[in-house]
Amino acid sequence: MSTALLFDEAALGLALQNLALQIRQKKLQNMAIVGIRTGGAAVAAALQNHLMDLKPDFGLLDITLYRDDALLNGANARLLGTDLPFDVDGRELVLVDDVLFTGRTVRAALAAICDLGRPKRVYLCALIDRGGRELPIAADFVGLQAKVATSQRVVLRTQDELPKDVYLEPCRALNSR
Amino acid sequence: MPSTPASRLSCRHLLGIEDLEVSDVVLLLQNAQAFARIHERSRKKVPTLAGTTLVNCFFENSTRTRMSFELAAKRLSADTIHFSGSTSSLKKGETFLDTARTLESHRPDLLVLRHASAGACHLLTQVTDGAVINAGDGAREHPTQALLDAYTLLEHFGRLDDDSPLGFSLKGKSVAIIGDIEHSRVARSNFLCLRLLGAEVRVAGPATMIPQGLDQYGVQVCASVDEALEDVSAVMMLRIQKERLRGPLLPSDDEYHRFFGLTKERAARLPNVPILHPGPVNRGVEIDPEVADSDAALIFRQSQHGIPVRMAVLYLLTLGLRTEAA
Repeated sequence: MSTALLFDEAALGLALQNLALQIRQKKLQNMAIVGIRTGGAAVAAALQNHLMDLKPDFGLLDITLYRDDALLNGANARLLGTDLPFDVDGRELVLVDDVLFTGRTVRAALAAICDLGRPKRVYLCALIDRGGRELPIAADFVGLQAKVATSQRVVLRTQDELPKDVYLEPCRALNSR
Repeated sequence: MPSTPASRLSCRHLLGIEDLEVSDVVLLLQNAQAFARIHERSRKKVPTLAGTTLVNCFFENSTRTRMSFELAAKRLSADTIHFSGSTSSLKKGETFLDTARTLESHRPDLLVLRHASAGACHLLTQVTDGAVINAGDGAREHPTQALLDAYTLLEHFGRLDDDSPLGFSLKGKSVAIIGDIEHSRVARSNFLCLRLLGAEVRVAGPATMIPQGLDQYGVQVCASVDEALEDVSAVMMLRIQKERLRGPLLPSDDEYHRFFGLTKERAARLPNVPILHPGPVNRGVEIDPEVADSDAALIFRQSQHGIPVRMAVLYLLTLGLRTEAA
């Protein structure tokens, strides 16, 4: 089989707890969690559960229209839309994604957020950092690190819209995400 | 969801609803829903079509449709230019194809065409590498109007929901289209689109204005407006062109109003039934002013939905262009 398990449920569970702790330690004022669709949605939901007592605002960002490859071959035709039911101005946001790779997704997410307003501070939270940056972007909070060949994709599997486990898949396009 | 959504439009141009599959209509309207949220922002712009050029070619007068396409393009960061048939070299006798070739020399990516001749948009596709969008060709089709009308109805009936089995479907709903069906491209595109989405479609109007052969489209011709309105889920009133009111097909405004208009009395028998009209409204002719201003009339919502629906069209057609080029 060409797919392989990278991190199991237990490892993810620990990583999410760890991330929640890291975020808590920052003592953010009036924080909001913003998940990058679609990979970051489940991770953001899990973090919201862990940080429920802080009552953070929650939103989901669709960056399809902001991607630097938005009109290229293989681009996503179906928009899910952005759901940010709060004002971004002056807020401390925690941008959440499942896998941080080239950094292009995060660049697009920052452009999308800036079109919505002027946040006070944006933090980046990545469940998995697989290295391979093509832009000068770094995460403030990282759950797990992994060294992955460029011929492989890191895929988060979810269950009931929460993170379950992570596996590797071969990928054809080398310039993905 | 009525069918699996497409990942691309099945066509390179948008010339008519007749070229679309259900999955195309659903993809367009799903995307329109996402684009609608951009209007709630203070900065109503996304960078997606930056560097692309849209040419609005209007050989027939239009302010509303033209503005709608122009704003849709600008909100996607595309550059727009407008070409108006009445003030151009056409007056100097240039042919349609020569005009089209001149425009093509500017390498437009998207061309929006409104023309008095059916099939003009098809002709345009032969001389351009860009994607053509039909904004009305004679009495044949006006696809973006039908798409925004469908979107308005789906929104009203609470069917803009992916997760429900009736999501993006008009199954179980009936729509009456009333007026000059024969000369209306809005009627034609609408009944094609409504049928695709599973609605029951009825038409009524002056006998001189109902064309033959509507049953091949699954459209029911009613003997009177009152019959068409019986237990209907939604009503679409067509604009009656004033020029036709005093011609051989119709005797007068009053007669039209009495037999075919959406009067207060008729509207009173349809509580909570949404009323659509493509605009501009002839108050007191096809519709009573109080009815046009009532809560049931969704005319303003239709206009509002024009831009997100057109943004979805421009976005998906440009994706299609780029995919082919790759």
